[in-house]
Amino acid sequence: MNEEIIYSGIAKKEKTFKTFDVKKVREDFPILQTKVGDKPLVYLDNAATSQKPLSVINAERDYYLNLNSNIHRGVHFLSEHATMAYENARRKVKEFINALSACEIVFTRGATESINLVASSYGRMNIKKGDEIIISEMEHHANIVPWQMLCEEKEAILKVIPMNDNGELILEEYTKMLNDRTKFVSVVYVSNSLGTINPVTDIIELAHKKNIPVLIDGAQAVQHMKVDVQTLNCDFFVFSGHKLFGPTGTGVLYGKAEFLNSMPPYQTGGDMIRSVTFEKTIFNDIPNKFEAGTPNIAGNIALGEAIEYLNKLDFNLIAKHEHNLLDYATKQLLEIDGLRIIGTAKEKASVISFVLENIHPHDIGTILDNEGIAIRTGHHCTQPVMQHFGIPATARVSFTLYNTKEEIDYLINAVKKVIKVLG
Amino acid sequence: MSDLNQLYQEVILDHNKSPRNFRKCDTCNHHSEGFNPLCGDHLWIYIDLENDRIKDISFQGNGCAISKSSASLMTSILKGKTKKEAEELFEAFHHVVTSKIGEEIDLTNLGKLSVFAGVRDYPARVKCASLAWHTMLKALNGEVNLTITE
Repeated sequence: MNEEIIYSGIAKKEKTFKTFDVKKVREDFPILQTKVGDKPLVYLDNAATSQKPLSVINAERDYYLNLNSNIHRGVHFLSEHATMAYENARRKVKEFINALSACEIVFTRGATESINLVASSYGRMNIKKGDEIIISEMEHHANIVPWQMLCEEKEAILKVIPMNDNGELILEEYTKMLNDRTKFVSVVYVSNSLGTINPVTDIIELAHKKNIPVLIDGAQAVQHMKVDVQTLNCDFFVFSGHKLFGPTGTGVLYGKAEFLNSMPPYQTGGDMIRSVTFEKTIFNDIPNKFEAGTPNIAGNIALGEAIEYLNKLDFNLIAKHEHNLLDYATKQLLEIDGLRIIGTAKEKASVISFVLENIHPHDIGTILDNEGIAIRTGHHCTQPVMQHFGIPATARVSFTLYNTKEEIDYLINAVKKVIKVLG
Repeated sequence: MSDLNQLYQEVILDHNKSPRNFRKCDTCNHHSEGFNPLCGDHLWIYIDLENDRIKDISFQGNGCAISKSSASLMTSILKGKTKKEAEELFEAFHHVVTSKIGEEIDLTNLGKLSVFAGVRDYPARVKCASLAWHTMLKALNGEVNLTITE
């Protein structure tokens, strides 16, 4: 792998590099210089949350230093500028996922809140007794529980697309599930515990043939690939800002305007109204209708900056880099005796879950932490996936644009050490 | 960074590899279930209590090295002890794994259990070590409900 060739793009605002290497990218992320004890931090927990480039950290700081004020109401200088910056961030999101209009972008606290918004608002209005909602076996709990609660409330039925032992959804089963009672489909784009990239275009198309709306959970997708919601033609798309190099507590709900317009508010209060009397309240237009109260202004502006950062890189090159890391790590890990990879789909993002024979993932996590390596161990909020494979937990490594082949070599040695200590 | 050997001591590794009293006990008159949803540690404790004395104690389940060895050592030590002694050992053990780093702890009455002193340096692992003990206490008190630590 030649990183000099793979990278081309820029990392800092004023500088333009025709080519750049991973070292340059790493310089944009100050936290990567952290030492864990006497060892350099090797951060391989990117599927849990990504680190933030300095430009994002500065954007949040700059807001509080220079712009802090409430938006959408003040007539004063600061409020006008803060509102402009906030709405500019919304436009950046709109362009990033190629929505038709910025009014289709609702800022939320994260993918979880985005799904809850749709389940509560669209779901409560449209789902009736006996209706069916389809999710999949590899959903994050955030895309299971809201639908489960809605089904309980409405006496509707939750259907689950099964997966095979590679961790791939069985589309034939999905096709059979779609019927006149099916009223909604909500499926994950990229599995957070298996890395599987699902054929969401087919999933959406099949549902649309029966006029069934589809939500795509893109929390693990937007950081790995270019997403175009108009090409996908999904009706809703959700993601979190903090997995996309943005701040925690930020997230996005994209919904086609026709859907968002038809839906009742999720929360009520300030900013989401047009007029209030004690007799009647008239709601604001979208997206404000869904943004009650003062939002995370600083965070969303910084999320816009994270998108700006990614825009300066080439997504194809990021994807290529990540795939090289994925292939290299997969090959190296499989050479370790007693190691089994959970999630062997043909189409995968740079996420690898694995288990070691007779060694619990939690022990792997502690020993790797001692080497300065941050990974995730546990069920990854996908307990049904663990049940499918008959395991309590996995160890998961996830790579992103700032990870290197050397870090993987370091990981492999550390995993061998785990076996030496506990094997 | 703490020394890994302080956590994974020989005794712990040995009990992890060959857990003692690792069986279901059908004749036991007390039992309880413990679960740590965070990491998936899941175990069952069985106790045969006769005249307030632990005649037999065993466990089953799966979990990490710390939780498994903790359950194994606990059962070895509690066999033959009275209910009161078991409760006192619970307190002593709990103090060792939850005491503040740097705080002096009295290990004299703990015997083999002192190998868990290293756990307090790993706050994420305290629940692993104490799951068996919490579950044991519930079993002793006749509470069969699931014990959840997270």
